[in-house]
Amino acid sequence: MASGVTAPGVAGVRVPGRGVRHDLRAVKIVLHRELLRFANDRTRLVSTLFQPVLWLFVIGTGLGGLVARGPAQGVDFRTFIYPGVIAMTVITTAMFSAGSIVWDREFGFLREMLVAPVSRASIVLGKCLGGGLVATVQGCVILAMAGLVHVPYSPGLLLTLLGEMFLAAFTITAFGVSLAARMKTMQSFFGVMQMAIMPMIFLSGAVFPLAGLPGWLGALTKVNPLTYVVDPMRHAVFTHLAVSPAAARTLNPGVHWFGHRVPIGLELGIVALMGVALLGVAIAQFRRSD
Amino acid sequence: MSGADVPAIAVRGLRKNYGEVEAVRGIDVEVRQGEVFGFLGPNGAGKTTTIGMLCTLVRPTGGSAAVAGHDVVRERHEVRRNIGLVFQDPTLDGYLSAEQNLRFHAELYGVPKATVPGRIREVMEMVALWDRRDAKVLTFSGGMKRRLEIARGLLHSPRVLFLDEPTVGLDPQTRAAIWGYIDRLRRAEDITIFMTTHYMEEAEYCDRIAIIDHGEIVVVGSPEALKAGVGEDRVQIHTADDDAAIAALHERFGLPATVREGAVTFAVASGEEFVPALFARLGVPIRAVSVSRPSLDDVFMKYTGSTIRDAEAESATANWARMMARR
Repeated sequence: MASGVTAPGVAGVRVPGRGVRHDLRAVKIVLHRELLRFANDRTRLVSTLFQPVLWLFVIGTGLGGLVARGPAQGVDFRTFIYPGVIAMTVITTAMFSAGSIVWDREFGFLREMLVAPVSRASIVLGKCLGGGLVATVQGCVILAMAGLVHVPYSPGLLLTLLGEMFLAAFTITAFGVSLAARMKTMQSFFGVMQMAIMPMIFLSGAVFPLAGLPGWLGALTKVNPLTYVVDPMRHAVFTHLAVSPAAARTLNPGVHWFGHRVPIGLELGIVALMGVALLGVAIAQFRRSD
Repeated sequence: MSGADVPAIAVRGLRKNYGEVEAVRGIDVEVRQGEVFGFLGPNGAGKTTTIGMLCTLVRPTGGSAAVAGHDVVRERHEVRRNIGLVFQDPTLDGYLSAEQNLRFHAELYGVPKATVPGRIREVMEMVALWDRRDAKVLTFSGGMKRRLEIARGLLHSPRVLFLDEPTVGLDPQTRAAIWGYIDRLRRAEDITIFMTTHYMEEAEYCDRIAIIDHGEIVVVGSPEALKAGVGEDRVQIHTADDDAAIAALHERFGLPATVREGAVTFAVASGEEFVPALFARLGVPIRAVSVSRPSLDDVFMKYTGSTIRDAEAESATANWARMMARR
């Protein structure tokens, strides 16, 4: 099919047929836009950092005095919540990125994407990768604060956390996008997001250890997907700390199913699997919404 | 595939129901390649729904439509490759620069990498926005945004460009400028333009127009033909002796004439062609002559039963309702 254009100067272009290369370009540009938007928006960068910093240094310091008297003696409470705060940062940033789909719908830009001759899958994938990358970059700011809460800057630890952050961020973005696909306003999205995210963060072990909880609370933490995001991060941090075995048992008990500790690899596998499944859900949502 | 015999748009029995509401009730229309085709009608007549179906955004309830030779339901991807779209509501990312918006579009449409910078410059120069390429779109006026959207719609050299109310909400100067671009475009590029409008004076720019009302096409034709169908031209003459002129018109041409606005006034099928005969055979000296055509307003009124002013008032309400519905 020739796209004959006889405009002076430049010859007309030919839009190629459907192909993997074209879809990859679409993924790349949607991702690129996420990064551009993030880089242009300093307010967002600062505002999404505000809460984690508050947790780490205000609540962490305030509660630290109480906690220090328990069995976790010798471990700074801020060190304990540090991986939780990383997870929190990544989760909120990723949800914000996903929420921008609602913004795009409100301001019409979503239509520009949906009417393009590319698969919906590539647009959703680009969005999730972009949101994941942005949240990881945001998480790096918290990563840089490791020294302030007595966590060593070991390359192994940083790399492990980096990978875990991206995995979590991708999955959360996919969750957010599948949620945002049907939302018409930012208000309703953020309403639902608050309702879903706050309890999930509280029940994930981000701010208190999962050892010795009452039965009902323990059960809730085990079905909470975010538990499997936070635990590997905490595990990574604690393997790089010199703490007493008693403190480690209390503060980093791991997740137990029927009396057996769930291996870190399986936990990461669960998060990855959820990410892929939620990506599928998000794509299906956008395929349906014409 | 793109032979001149394939119509740019072929629509047969196209229907769209929203629940009980029949938004489009079976329309048939064919748009030739290279045509500027206007869809004219009061708001709520089904214009935007029809454009939505042709652009693969709305699934038809019945009937069929092909754009650039591709079926809008079975070959959506092919259709999308071949069309450019300018929506009524802006679809730009205000936080990106003008050029970044176009680059995004070029990547999404798979415009060959080597041609992207040149093509972006070309379309931006066409709408006189090249100087503002690095400015964020949110700093643009409504007219600049619309121009940028037109540039973007052309970036991938579509076969058919759809414009949904391209000049609505713009000031008269900007509207004229946009029509200037569209006019240059149809001469410079091998493209078919399908547009909706409710500005009567804009329908005059079209090669052909279809008037749509209550989901049905009531009439299709060139603006000239439609106006001719409504009635005759009005001819007014100033003469040395009006009574003699009236009598002569009756005797020699069989035309009834009266004095209106201080001039001898009568109606005739094609006024301009009648004028030479008038001078040759009237026998009464003529000092001045004016011929006026029936306007598209008259056409619109005849087929839809409402005036443009009513339609515009209705459209303002409908726009507001649409805005609220999107919330």
